[in-house]
Amino acid sequence: MSQIHVSTTVNGDAVEFLCEPDETLLDALRDRLGLTGTKEGCGTGDCGACSVTVDGRLVCSCLVLGAEANGASVDTIEGLGQGDALHPLQRKFLEHAALQCGVCTPGFLVAAKSLLDRNPDPTETEVRYWLAGNLCRCTGYDKIVRAVIDAAADMRSQAAQS
Amino acid sequence: MQYAAPQTVEAAIDLLTSHEGAHVLAGGTDLLVQLRSDRVAPEVIVDIKRIDGMKSIRDDSGGFRIGAAVSAAEITEHAGLGAAWPGLVEAAGLIGSTQVQGRATIVGNLCNASPAADTTPALIAAGARIVISGPTGTREIPAEEMTTGPGRTTLAKGELVEAVRLPTRAARSGDAYLRFIPRTEMDIAVVGAGVSLSFDDAGMCQAARVALGAVAPKAVLVADAAAALIGTAIDDAALEQLAQACAAACNPIDDKRGTIEFRTQVAGVLAKRAAVAAKERAFAAQK
Repeated sequence: MSQIHVSTTVNGDAVEFLCEPDETLLDALRDRLGLTGTKEGCGTGDCGACSVTVDGRLVCSCLVLGAEANGASVDTIEGLGQGDALHPLQRKFLEHAALQCGVCTPGFLVAAKSLLDRNPDPTETEVRYWLAGNLCRCTGYDKIVRAVIDAAADMRSQAAQS
Repeated sequence: MQYAAPQTVEAAIDLLTSHEGAHVLAGGTDLLVQLRSDRVAPEVIVDIKRIDGMKSIRDDSGGFRIGAAVSAAEITEHAGLGAAWPGLVEAAGLIGSTQVQGRATIVGNLCNASPAADTTPALIAAGARIVISGPTGTREIPAEEMTTGPGRTTLAKGELVEAVRLPTRAARSGDAYLRFIPRTEMDIAVVGAGVSLSFDDAGMCQAARVALGAVAPKAVLVADAAAALIGTAIDDAALEQLAQACAAACNPIDDKRGTIEFRTQVAGVLAKRAAVAAKERAFAAQK
């Protein structure tokens, strides 16, 4: 099996990697690029733990081939905070205790960021439907939903001040 | 396995023709799951997303031409489609999760040939035509002729779907798609019903198409159900006839999602509700 050379942009940085033709973007991110923040849950697109954005579109990276990322722009959980400064969503997840084991958390954060990029003031219903493809077996979701709504409010007031 | 991303339809057809096991990749939400579980082991995967036109929604003499690799999310975000074909758009918005809708395509939904595919009854009701290219040229078929049973399509070796064509919308027209699931999202249709209606100046239905999903081995176009609506103002008597025609068209399985009796009854109920919604949209669009 000959490997495929992929040139892509990950979290704003140009990167190149070699991958197998049947290798998922999830495996390429974790095993080729060392970006292990993106988690594998089900591997079949049901749980959302592997959520990333490709060209701004929220997807399950387990359902994307690494080869498909050629020429694309990929954003992962590693690009959410800036250095040591947490993103408001990350801060609110901590404040609201919106995680326990943490395996689903990167996927929830990437998915929630994608929602707030499109809709800075979502209703609770909109948050719940948008995140329906992210499964959490610990929290019961309420704290996650509250954290996202609180982060959205925080980001709106920050945007109003600047 | 090889991965290929051809730039032209001709190159894609060459790959599909010259390899014994070749599989088209668009959104990948079915294919990658099948690969992982070894249900398919293609020699070559042909990614069609780099072919011009596959990722675009274009005007098509007043109708629409939706490229085969256009995602459900791109459909739900398209204002023109939402205005002309809200029923198809709501069906696309019911598939899986946000993440799945970011990749999944309505053509993939059609070609995966699940009897419970959400967008297929909506496409059939809309009178969509499927543009297929292959080694012997291009042909067009109505959406209802695409599948023959669970997992089976009428595509011949070397053929691929290029696009879906939606016809020009007449004045006073509306469509709707409803499905029954036991929860509110992230589930597979127990029953799905798509209805598209057009009305004359006097408010009488002059054209109707009714399609049902998950109640037979393939999505079915129910001519008797349409006949029950044409020439009426979609009154209670017409809706009752519609429900009876839908029940008569059902040939469902009995499984954990629903019994034969349940699916048969719900098909009529959903078709009635979808017809009422389609009528409301037909007249709302006038304002």
